Amino acid sequence: MEIKVLKDILSANEQIARKNRELLVKNKVFSVNIMASPGAGKTSLVLQTIRALGKTIKIGVIEGDISSSIDAQTVGKAGVPVVQINTGGECHLDANMIQNALNNLPLKEIGLLLIENVGNLVCPAEFNLGEHCKVLVASVPEGDDKPYKYPLMFTTVDAVILNKTDLLPYVKFNTEAFTRAVKGINAKVKIFPISCTTGEGVSAWVKWLKGQMK
Amino acid sequence: MHELAITQSMFEIVLKQAEQSKAKKVTKINLVIGELTGVVSDCIQFYMDIISKGTVAEGVIVLVKSVPATAKCLSCSKTFTVKEMEWKCPYCGEISLEVSGGKELFVESIEVD
Repeated sequence: MEIKVLKDILSANEQIARKNRELLVKNKVFSVNIMASPGAGKTSLVLQTIRALGKTIKIGVIEGDISSSIDAQTVGKAGVPVVQINTGGECHLDANMIQNALNNLPLKEIGLLLIENVGNLVCPAEFNLGEHCKVLVASVPEGDDKPYKYPLMFTTVDAVILNKTDLLPYVKFNTEAFTRAVKGINAKVKIFPISCTTGEGVSAWVKWLKGQMK
Repeated sequence: MHELAITQSMFEIVLKQAEQSKAKKVTKINLVIGELTGVVSDCIQFYMDIISKGTVAEGVIVLVKSVPATAKCLSCSKTFTVKEMEWKCPYCGEISLEVSGGKELFVESIEVD
């Protein structure tokens, strides 16, 4: 006997994600899910964002890694509340992990929550966390063909940060081709070329982020 | 890479449905998976064999209906299948597109005894 089910496989995750969102909205916290491949500059972006906005907005951070608390220690030095999630092998954060982390953050005091996902361009794209916006950090040394190699990730996000632009003179990377590819599969996405090392372009990203929070 | 998490979520949906239907055995699971999800079908069967041991779904066969990536051209409005990740409208050559299919990930039905 065949029984129709027609149920989204990730519906359990979606349910928890909705609860997370309700909790965040109730506490007036705007949340950003930052995704990227390992080493693209997620932590550097978190630090630059704290540097630029930390004086006017109270920021909290969730660090997702398979193991270690290196990132949480780095971010903690910037003087913000931080929770480290060790996924113990899972290649992405899911809504349930975030639910637990939210219980360990002073949500009433925070205005902006930055969630650094596990370094991976595939799996994190599937799992909603309850976040208000999704951001992808791509970096110049990764090459300009990534939008076509990881299309789901590039179509899922609201903004793409193109990091490490200070390396453009030394790396074969066609910014125009990259922009065309990203816009081609996600017409609404905003692209911000920045260098977390020199700080160039950070102000445009921060301005956009502040606009989203309103 | 995320197949284990996906298989576990899928397994819970199947078990719940089997219980509701008072099924003695689940023999087949029909899934619909979009090409863009990057989910490897073979891995799902592999994980399912392990996690279903000792349950009504032990030995179940997982069948996957794959949905190709499709896109709508924002210039000529035609919809087409994206072949080999060539993100370009085959009718007018435009590259400004909107993804219209390939993100599916759901349990369509189960077959039970």
